Amino acid sequence: MYVIVAGGGKVGYYLTKALCADGQEVTLIEKARQRYDLLQEAFGESAVLGDACEVTTLEQAGAGRAELVAAVTGDDEDNLVICQMAKRKFKVPRVIARINNPKNEVTFQLLGIDETVSSTKLIYSLIEQEVEVADVIPLTALRRGNLELVEVALTGDSPAVGRMLRDIALPPNCTLAILVRGETASIVTSDLRFEPGDILVAIVPSAAVSSFREALLGRGVPTR
Amino acid sequence: MHIVVLGCGRVGATLAMALEAEGHSVAVIDRNREAFRRLSRGFKGKTVLGIGIDEDVLRKAGIERAGGFAATTNGDNTNIMSAQIVKVRFRVPRVIARIYDPLRAEAYRELGIDTISPTLLGAGMCRDYLLGKPYRHVDEYLAVRDAPNSLARGSGAVPERGR
Repeated sequence: MYVIVAGGGKVGYYLTKALCADGQEVTLIEKARQRYDLLQEAFGESAVLGDACEVTTLEQAGAGRAELVAAVTGDDEDNLVICQMAKRKFKVPRVIARINNPKNEVTFQLLGIDETVSSTKLIYSLIEQEVEVADVIPLTALRRGNLELVEVALTGDSPAVGRMLRDIALPPNCTLAILVRGETASIVTSDLRFEPGDILVAIVPSAAVSSFREALLGRGVPTR
Repeated sequence: MHIVVLGCGRVGATLAMALEAEGHSVAVIDRNREAFRRLSRGFKGKTVLGIGIDEDVLRKAGIERAGGFAATTNGDNTNIMSAQIVKVRFRVPRVIARIYDPLRAEAYRELGIDTISPTLLGAGMCRDYLLGKPYRHVDEYLAVRDAPNSLARGSGAVPERGR
């Protein structure tokens, strides 16, 4: 796969390194001369000096044949422009934007960039998880955030333990998809009987996460 | 009409005062308080401290009742992003973004954002002055695509027109 990484800061550097190690073809674009020298030392010709917001830079980097462009500079405005250029002008099939201010996530979606990653938001959700819904761990948001893919670990105290799935009233539109028991994973069926230590992967509407938690784990204050 | 101007640099401040002189209500946004010094003492419009891609800041400047918005900061991408937010989210009828980079200006014009490139405009007018030619319509200066030998190609250099 041919990937263009825009922005050679720490995120861009390690991303490029990982992609190269994975055997992917990568071009890393960096606009600051000093930083570029360092990147060239590490990545040779895969590092390119230029402003990825400029059409000509993207063109020279081969945006026309790229399968993915990841815009990971420290400026949200730049990441937006890079992604929009890549998507609309060069018809790159997949673009991913790094977002620094979580507020901008909605704006990016509004302006046609759906795939965004915000480390601020990720860390915040990890903290929130500890505090609020300790045993339902959000894995990723689906469908623009209206659905969530979550992981639940059952403990001995969970009211679901010992009962069968068909006997448990889950909130509407919650789907238990995968059961991980010990080292094996299987598709969840209605005659599944829950055991302590079961890990379940489920798809849950964002609004129903807390009632979903209650159905499987009960009302008790989560302890971890 | 209420108009919001983003960026209180030379262009933004001059624009804000010109619009006010024509009887419009104006709000100017800048992230640097010092910038508002460029406005004349008599300026009655609103000044809002903040960044232009923040919807709360735009609201404070009265974007919801604005008939026009001009993005004139010295950051092309800030102008592009704020102009899109204002157009798409707030549906302001007349939105213009100043973009130095001619190719980026053209690319966004194709995407439906009205842009003006002072680079092309300035270089084009200087060229016509130097060659003793009459000034043309602004669209002619801003057109990148139609002239293969035009000002925008060649990374900032101004090539001869060849006639």
